[in-house]
Amino acid sequence: MTAPPLGLLAELTHRCPLHCPYCSNPVDLVPRSGELDTEQWRSVFTQARDLGVLQVHLSGGEPLARRDLPALVGHASGLGCYVNLVTSGLGLTEERMADLAACGVEHVQLSVQAADPLLAKRIAGVDAFERKRAAAAAVHAAGLPLTVNVVLHRGNLDQVGAIIALAEELGADRLELANTQYYGWALRNRDALMPTRAQLDAAEPVVRAARERLAGRMAVIYVVADYQDRYPKPCMHGWGARQLTVAPDGTVLPCPAAEVITTLSFDRVTTRPLAEIWYESSSFDAYRGESWMRDPCRGCDRRAVDFGGCRCQAFLLTGSAANTDPVCSLSPHHHLVREAAAPVATPPYLMRELPVIR
Amino acid sequence: MTAAWAPRLGRGARLGFDHVRRVPVVLFPEGVLLLNDTARAVLEWCDGSRSIGEIVEGLAERYTDVREAEVLGLLGELADRGIVTGAVRG
Repeated sequence: MTAPPLGLLAELTHRCPLHCPYCSNPVDLVPRSGELDTEQWRSVFTQARDLGVLQVHLSGGEPLARRDLPALVGHASGLGCYVNLVTSGLGLTEERMADLAACGVEHVQLSVQAADPLLAKRIAGVDAFERKRAAAAAVHAAGLPLTVNVVLHRGNLDQVGAIIALAEELGADRLELANTQYYGWALRNRDALMPTRAQLDAAEPVVRAARERLAGRMAVIYVVADYQDRYPKPCMHGWGARQLTVAPDGTVLPCPAAEVITTLSFDRVTTRPLAEIWYESSSFDAYRGESWMRDPCRGCDRRAVDFGGCRCQAFLLTGSAANTDPVCSLSPHHHLVREAAAPVATPPYLMRELPVIR
Repeated sequence: MTAAWAPRLGRGARLGFDHVRRVPVVLFPEGVLLLNDTARAVLEWCDGSRSIGEIVEGLAERYTDVREAEVLGLLGELADRGIVTGAVRG
């Protein structure tokens, strides 16, 4: 029996002031003219709460690019949802943060690209480093807990110690160090972003020591680089199991990257009720449970642990989303990951372009 | 963690009730836990003013079969996830 979802990732817009080469948004971005309007987002939140959603992550792109953000926060919070703001921090003034906190934001996740301004600028494509400090200060002034999120890759993994120190300086309650996941823009930049084995081996004890030293003050969450792992990640805790994503144009996805699976067709909130999409749509049903699994997943003891890994990764690398995630050492396609995990050159970043502003 | 520890909800964590599932919940940065009635009763008393020993005594007046080891186990798990925090009162 399908359980109701706990979380909603609401990608309010694909507009963003940053151009990070590992952007998790799709390669084809939704333009402003294609975004859901205020009433449509309110309806999404109402339907999500009725369906069982308790956590709402307001994300993007940059959610601050939506002028109706306070109204959307107020609506989701008023329904009883816990509202997280996931932001680059650009434009998060003390005044704006205070207003959003009054509307019901309860926690802020702030992205940081690197430990120093020069590298941060090279990664983000804009000068944003000092504005992160201002944003963190605004979160503290509003009295809210702060998570600092850093995507790790070959360009910044060597400074993980300095990144941890920066997060302390910013007064983070939580620090998420997340190795790059290769979808969308990140897949295009895979050779440039892929860390070396030596970098990962050097980072691990630094992270472990920091976690012990900071216990009780700052939680340090480390998301491993799955290409270097023996087994795949339990992606989304299973397809259509706990969370759903609504893209800027109202497309409803079992995982934020799912649109890459071109063999599936995804419903939109503008044409079908959210509950029907969650419980009855072909896209959400496609990889629920275990009946879709092939060998080696089908008979594997780990199938209830990692659910065969990531469907998007299986599709992108092997051409079929029902295959075992090739990150798994048991996958017949595992050589694809092994080869990609040891690139021979470091090409320049292909920066994410600005979406068309209309 | 010992019985002298005085727990309270962590920063950004709050108790709630989910009218859809009809269960108590604790909501916190990036996460949710669905609670049973015992867990909710324990968390309602986690205000930083009572020690775990006092929480167990208080619960024992209302419920039968309250075990300190179980309460310690529950709070230990929640503390590991940052949902409760606190210090030894003294």
